[in-house]
Amino acid sequence: MTEQKLDAIERLASVKQDRLNAKLKSRYARERRFQAYGIASIAAGLGFLVILLTTIFSQGLSAFWTTYVELEVTYDPQVLYIDDATDADQLRLADYGGVVREALLSRFPDVSGRQATRELTSLVSNSAEYRVRERLIANPELLGQSERLWVLADDDLDLLRKGIIDRELPESERRISDQELSWIDSWNEAGELKRRFNTVFFTNGDSRDPETAGIWGAVVGSFYTLVVTLLLSFPIGVAAAIYLEEFAPKNRLTDIIEVNINNLAAVPSIVFGLLGLAVFINFFGLPRSAPVVGGLVLTLMTLPTIIISARSAIRAVPPSIREAATGLGASKMQVTLHHVLPLAMPGMLTGTIIGMAQALGETAPLLMIGMVAFIVDIPGGFTDPSTVLPVQVYLWSDSPERAFIAKTSGAIMVLLGFLAVMNLLAVFLRKKFERRW
Amino acid sequence: MKKTMIGATLVAAMAASLSGTAFAEARDQISIVGSSTVYPFATVVAERFGQTTSYPTPTIESTGSGGGLRLFCQGVGESTPDITNASRRIKASELETCAANGVEDVVEVLIGFDGIAVAQSVDATGMDLTKGELFLALAETVPNPNGNGLVENPYETWSDIRGNLPNTAIRVFGPPPTSGTRDAFVELVMEEGCGEFDAIASLEDSDEDKFEEVCATMREDGAFIEAGENDTLIVSRLENDPTALGIFGFSFLDQNSDRVKSISVEGHQATFEEIASGSYPVSRPLFFYVKKAHVGVIPGMEEYLAEFTSRRAIGSNGYLVDRGLIPLDNAEYARMKSDVDNLEPLKEL
Repeated sequence: MTEQKLDAIERLASVKQDRLNAKLKSRYARERRFQAYGIASIAAGLGFLVILLTTIFSQGLSAFWTTYVELEVTYDPQVLYIDDATDADQLRLADYGGVVREALLSRFPDVSGRQATRELTSLVSNSAEYRVRERLIANPELLGQSERLWVLADDDLDLLRKGIIDRELPESERRISDQELSWIDSWNEAGELKRRFNTVFFTNGDSRDPETAGIWGAVVGSFYTLVVTLLLSFPIGVAAAIYLEEFAPKNRLTDIIEVNINNLAAVPSIVFGLLGLAVFINFFGLPRSAPVVGGLVLTLMTLPTIIISARSAIRAVPPSIREAATGLGASKMQVTLHHVLPLAMPGMLTGTIIGMAQALGETAPLLMIGMVAFIVDIPGGFTDPSTVLPVQVYLWSDSPERAFIAKTSGAIMVLLGFLAVMNLLAVFLRKKFERRW
Repeated sequence: MKKTMIGATLVAAMAASLSGTAFAEARDQISIVGSSTVYPFATVVAERFGQTTSYPTPTIESTGSGGGLRLFCQGVGESTPDITNASRRIKASELETCAANGVEDVVEVLIGFDGIAVAQSVDATGMDLTKGELFLALAETVPNPNGNGLVENPYETWSDIRGNLPNTAIRVFGPPPTSGTRDAFVELVMEEGCGEFDAIASLEDSDEDKFEEVCATMREDGAFIEAGENDTLIVSRLENDPTALGIFGFSFLDQNSDRVKSISVEGHQATFEEIASGSYPVSRPLFFYVKKAHVGVIPGMEEYLAEFTSRRAIGSNGYLVDRGLIPLDNAEYARMKSDVDNLEPLKEL
């Protein structure tokens, strides 16, 4: 009897145990699935990043190399139409294109006729004549003499050397004719073609010739714009955050302000561009395309980010610090400036740097204020026309010349580099100066 | 204490830098806005101008023809652009706006022509379409193929339109409505193509608004795909999809001849010779407009005009022709050149 009972109980227990085990198994399985979803999301994200980076890098790396051609240049006064090398006007207006043409024709003496000459001269960059001019203006004593000069090759020649133009294609589908190929091969055999690091890309402004186009103008423009943005948005943002956190009474008005700051952070950036056009350019009459206006517009855009991060940094300072300082007789302002602000500073700086990184990558608001423009000259100040890095990317991506595809990716790489450095700086500041309580 | 000092200096510095810019000195570089089609040509001239003269390089914004003319007609003075590029002629209404805002004398400069290519991948078998067939393929409403009246576009494959065309789905990548290329394509292909059909041509007399609407509305069922302003993108899509067609400017075709080729429209390919001779039917004039009041005020205006209208720029062997511009013939060039030399303002259209 009792044994039977015991048996029954045991059976019951074992059934329960089995059920429990089964349930436990499914719970573990569920947890594993949940983790797997997480891992899959991360893998998908990483996958997209890898695809993005590989396309950019595989297309963009070739932008950092360029091809030069060596020419035997003769500074012939008759070709240049110069009789007096000390006359600046004559030097400026001389026919340097003629010198380059003569140099090419003397290298390939069997070329004659208009069409063939055009094809031949199209193999070196338009910048060759500017290079010749620079040389002669710097050294007027060269007049009448010759020298060997490395000049930039045309973008098509460069693309051929990089294998982007396929020489196996039939002539009609190729940008370089068979005739041109034979000249290029002849140069190649004579060692008169050279691959060099593309310094032009880092020192020039924009250009319509891909081989002479560079990002320096855009980098300088970005720099001026960000300086204005930083100088305005950091003090204003920090002051607003301190007042709202430490001094402002908690009432309806401050609530409304708080809600609006959060709303402002979500406003599409093009709206700030429209505002900038209406207020800064049309009303205040500031110049179009200028970094000062760009900086003002981007200030409006980054202010909410900075205020929000500065406020949370201030809030993270424990009340005990304030209480201790007050207990030692510090005034409210002393508490804030001597204790709270220094402790909150790392958090504020992090927020500011992230805001700046956002501003660096912004194009939409700049469209309205004329910073999406073709600008060759390197800007020399806050009111000179200029453009910024992401705008340069956008402009190049829309250019018909094939070589700009590589330039676009090259510029993206530079932009990504700057963004990575800024974000690393933010991480570094946080790690180094952050205090935990 | 020290921190308040720093704060005060910062604020003062900001105020100083701001007030300094408010009284910025006179603008010394030319400011140009306008068409994205003329942009690749104007930038080449501007760069050369900057390199060969002592003036700074002009700044050029690509705002589209309409946007450019709006900025241009805002008034006279340093804060307004000096020149606007356009891939169509200025409209009478725009000229009126200009005059109303004090822009009295506008000099028109015709620089050349641009072909609009209908292109496909080099791997595809060539096609030869008429404007009427392009209209049938791309319009929202077309004449009913088996009867009277108009119906929503029923054509799904090219062979539906004409038996000997390929039996592939109609897929055409083209520019969005904000683009001058789209305007020109509608005007030169769609509006002319639709006139070939009696069912629509009869509308012209009875209901002109409806006629305009039928002729200018592109289909939205996925056969015509707006690919954004970026023509590079259309080229790479065509390369990946040999059955698709794309619509873009001749210079993109010229630069990408190893990837895309033009189809024939009315029996003519979009080649340099065909466009220059006027036999290729889809080409349009390119202009720029100059504010006469700014000539002599903004430094370098005369020289820029001289450079852009010189034979070495837009003559039949000029450097812009290498970039895909179709040059003017001699008589047109002479007329344009004398107008520009005398700064002859545009009277009326």
